Amino acid sequence: MKTALSQLSVARPRSFAHALQLLHDSPGEERLVPLAGGTDLFVYLHAGTQPGTRFLDLSTLSGLTAIHAGKGGLSLGAMATFDAIARHRACAGWPMLVQAARVVGAAQIQNRATVGGNIANASPAGDSLPVLLAYDATVHVASVRGERAIPFAEFYTGYRKLAMESDELIVAITMPPRPAGTYELFRKVGTRAAQSISKVVFAGSARVQRGIADQVRLAWGSVAPVPLRSRDAERVLEMGKPTPGAAQAAVAALATDLSPIDDIRSEREYREAVARALLAQFLRGAHAGYRTR
Amino acid sequence: MSGSITLNMQVNGKARRVRVPAMKRLLDVLRDDCGLTGSKEGCGEGECGACTVLLEGAPVNSCLVPAIHAEGATIVTVEGLARGERLSALQQAFVEMGGSQCGMCTPGMLVAAVALLRETKGRVPTDAEVRTGLAGTLCRCTGYQKIVDAVQAAAAPARGATKQRAGARPSAATKPRKAVKPARVAKQRVAAKPARAAGKRPAAKAGRGARSGRT
Repeated sequence: MKTALSQLSVARPRSFAHALQLLHDSPGEERLVPLAGGTDLFVYLHAGTQPGTRFLDLSTLSGLTAIHAGKGGLSLGAMATFDAIARHRACAGWPMLVQAARVVGAAQIQNRATVGGNIANASPAGDSLPVLLAYDATVHVASVRGERAIPFAEFYTGYRKLAMESDELIVAITMPPRPAGTYELFRKVGTRAAQSISKVVFAGSARVQRGIADQVRLAWGSVAPVPLRSRDAERVLEMGKPTPGAAQAAVAALATDLSPIDDIRSEREYREAVARALLAQFLRGAHAGYRTR
Repeated sequence: MSGSITLNMQVNGKARRVRVPAMKRLLDVLRDDCGLTGSKEGCGEGECGACTVLLEGAPVNSCLVPAIHAEGATIVTVEGLARGERLSALQQAFVEMGGSQCGMCTPGMLVAAVALLRETKGRVPTDAEVRTGLAGTLCRCTGYQKIVDAVQAAAAPARGATKQRAGARPSAATKPRKAVKPARVAKQRVAAKPARAAGKRPAAKAGRGARSGRT
């Protein structure tokens, strides 16, 4: 343990409004750090890489764990755990979300880790993040100035840089209803399903109707400084006929969309090869016409 | 702002009241302040599961839980599994079937397995269920198969006599093979499940997606 835990302090807000006030009132250089499930935070404390010493406990705030689905789509409270997401009937209509929730760490992590925490931690390898991109999620944040919605596709402005102010809290994540007839594929590629941090994460979704593809979403983790959609590859496929040529062009477009690196878990070349294979697998599943051989 | 807090918990059925720093790890509260050294620290970062305890019935890595999140909580550690000198069916099966070697992972394995067996409610869990349920707990000795066998063996007495412990029933512990058999049958049923559950997607592709999820 490279942090003296006894020297840290925790603020316990009486209400959500109080939490926002405490966050706002804490000075910029000593801003309160929100404490959700702690599964990332305590890793940083253990490694001595967490600069903050004052924390804002969100565990007692009611309403932040709610999950519900309706005509408008799915809403996840920021403090909903991955275990709750995997089990909740409302999430069954968003299958990639359930699949991703089941491969975040293992049972011990899923019981504590929250979707809001996964977003705020902003790891390019966060397992749920490509799924949120593929489902066109919106992040709802709040501060003393009120609430605002940020499209998740615009949420990361750089490596671990968020499009929210330091006195804002993530409240909820919403997703619109899935279009009928959508084909989806979620894959986490790592040394094993449980615990390991991904080498490549992929969440793809597309609708192919009467031989035309639209609403194509190809979202990736661990292949760039931020989780992102491969827009060039999406453009190649969008409104096009499902042909082997289109599939080849989309796979080729990944070269400009993704920028994987060599690191402790994998290598650039391997990640590129896996990404190409995953996209080819996704396209074969989406429509027989995409089959290149 | 609290640096230190007075923490009230129910640990293994006993009320505990300790004064600890708010961000002290639950693992250290249990070991240092409650004298319960059964839960182990392996990695200290939620990878190995040796510190697994039940927090409100759910398995968690106690090295990642701040004391303040245990306020008012019910906690079960490995010390809470046996009744006095009498081991639980699960512990007895681990002893007899070689589920424990060096012992470092054993407290976490046992606690995670208790949570798994509660989920499967007396039914013998399949190999896949046990391996998924224990995926967050690493063992470097056994190769896992003996642990899987022990968990499945322990599920058998739980099915017939939920209140009775295996220590009092030699027949339950000495006939573990019987317990393993139904699991094999159940495994085949589960193997077909991803395709069934996939709904609109073609069965072959859905099955493939489900399998490939565990790379």
